[in-house]
Amino acid sequence: MIFEDEPVPGYPLPILPGHTSPGRLERVLRAGAFAVTTELAPPDSADPEEVLRRARIFDGFVDAINATDGSGANCHMSSLAVCALLTRVGYAPVMQISCRDKNRIAIQGDILGGAAMGVCNMLCLTGDGVQAGDHPQAKPVFDLDAMSLLGIARTLRDDHHFQSGRKITYAPRVFLGAAENPNALPLQHRALRLAKKVAAGAQFIQTQYCYDVPLLRTFMRAVEDLGVLGQVSILIGVGPLRSAKAAEWMRTNVPGIHIPDAVIARMAGAANQATEGRNLCIDLIQEIASIKGVAGVHVMAYRQEESVAEVIERSGVLKGRVPWHPERDQQTSADRKAS
Amino acid sequence: MYAVRLWSIRHSRGLARFYTFFEAVLVKLAPVWAFLGHRRLERPAAALERGVKGLLFDCKMCGQCVLSSTGMSCPMNCPKQLRNGPCGGVRANGHCEVKPEMRCVWVEAFRGAERIPGGLEKIRVVQTAVDRRLEGTSSWLRVVREKTGTGA
Repeated sequence: MIFEDEPVPGYPLPILPGHTSPGRLERVLRAGAFAVTTELAPPDSADPEEVLRRARIFDGFVDAINATDGSGANCHMSSLAVCALLTRVGYAPVMQISCRDKNRIAIQGDILGGAAMGVCNMLCLTGDGVQAGDHPQAKPVFDLDAMSLLGIARTLRDDHHFQSGRKITYAPRVFLGAAENPNALPLQHRALRLAKKVAAGAQFIQTQYCYDVPLLRTFMRAVEDLGVLGQVSILIGVGPLRSAKAAEWMRTNVPGIHIPDAVIARMAGAANQATEGRNLCIDLIQEIASIKGVAGVHVMAYRQEESVAEVIERSGVLKGRVPWHPERDQQTSADRKAS
Repeated sequence: MYAVRLWSIRHSRGLARFYTFFEAVLVKLAPVWAFLGHRRLERPAAALERGVKGLLFDCKMCGQCVLSSTGMSCPMNCPKQLRNGPCGGVRANGHCEVKPEMRCVWVEAFRGAERIPGGLEKIRVVQTAVDRRLEGTSSWLRVVREKTGTGA
């Protein structure tokens, strides 16, 4: 999909009627295309080239790149800075905002700052507890929760004022997202929580890893029954497993991750487990793409980011579409200049 | 106390019914509280509230009580102080991600809400961000002020 009004990298697209952001992700989703997003692990470094190198791996296969905000409560380059670097060259980042490290004063400042730097998508998260990361001695902030953060971000965008009521002169034009975990307890109320997030302002949802398709189907049916499918784009979290051992470790040690025994057995039975992990991921993506209400997938491939391109390519979900990346349209713009 | 807190959630229906009655009495007596003066009453009222709700719910005195909307499970006991539902890290046994020895406050909240008539509708209401200035103050007196406009 090439937009006719494709701007110079780093410049925003015009906002279409009914859209809230000048971003590519909102356009792709509202156009009804199957969207692919992924996650960039911010470097433990102050070198901007490391960020750009990590983004380039995904060129041509993803519509947006999430910049995590101290994921797992570990210290890395800030998501705002990663996003600012990415928008400079035209990428469409999703700025993750966690409530763990900042209070409402800092967060509202970041929303304005991010939007000013060209960030069009923001994902409002609660955040992992500090005990999970490399600084368990830190103070957990949690001034807001994901839900009240969504409300505050929406107020900034639509009502043009801070939570305090003080006016802002130019609103952040952003597409707001939230996370959901269809696998965690209380299972029967997870869809309700998603609906609550939509009511609070979420326009798109990225879920935790979903390896259990029957469970996901039940969840999506519950979401449909609550009548919110038309109001939100749901991207399902997927990712290639490295080995049966890694999968076993993940499900025992990372709270909120559920991997069925059948998946582990399939991995363990394979000659080359890493290849099998990618095959399994492709099968999952194809199966998930057929579920009603699924708008796309969010591929999380921590420390095996290079596999994202292969997984998406072989799954065929892009149907020949080439998501924007720097230099994609060089030919097109050369033509435009010539005419 | 943790065991009492779990007992309270198991008896959420009765406690919710009692609170409805208790609040009606509080509001009815609004002229009395206004005569005595809310400012003068604030400290003893907060102390009493801390004692009673501390015992029953491990109340953290946020000053803007939402117990009736959260199945009588106090959300301020959540290590992330989530007031709108559980995070994505709830363990497979229903325990907390941060404090593995504690049952998830929100898994319990849904159980409590299921026992209260209309509880599942109330739990759906989006709670706005906490006003941290109200910490340590009596939410009973605040309810009286909000419902009657007296005592301000």
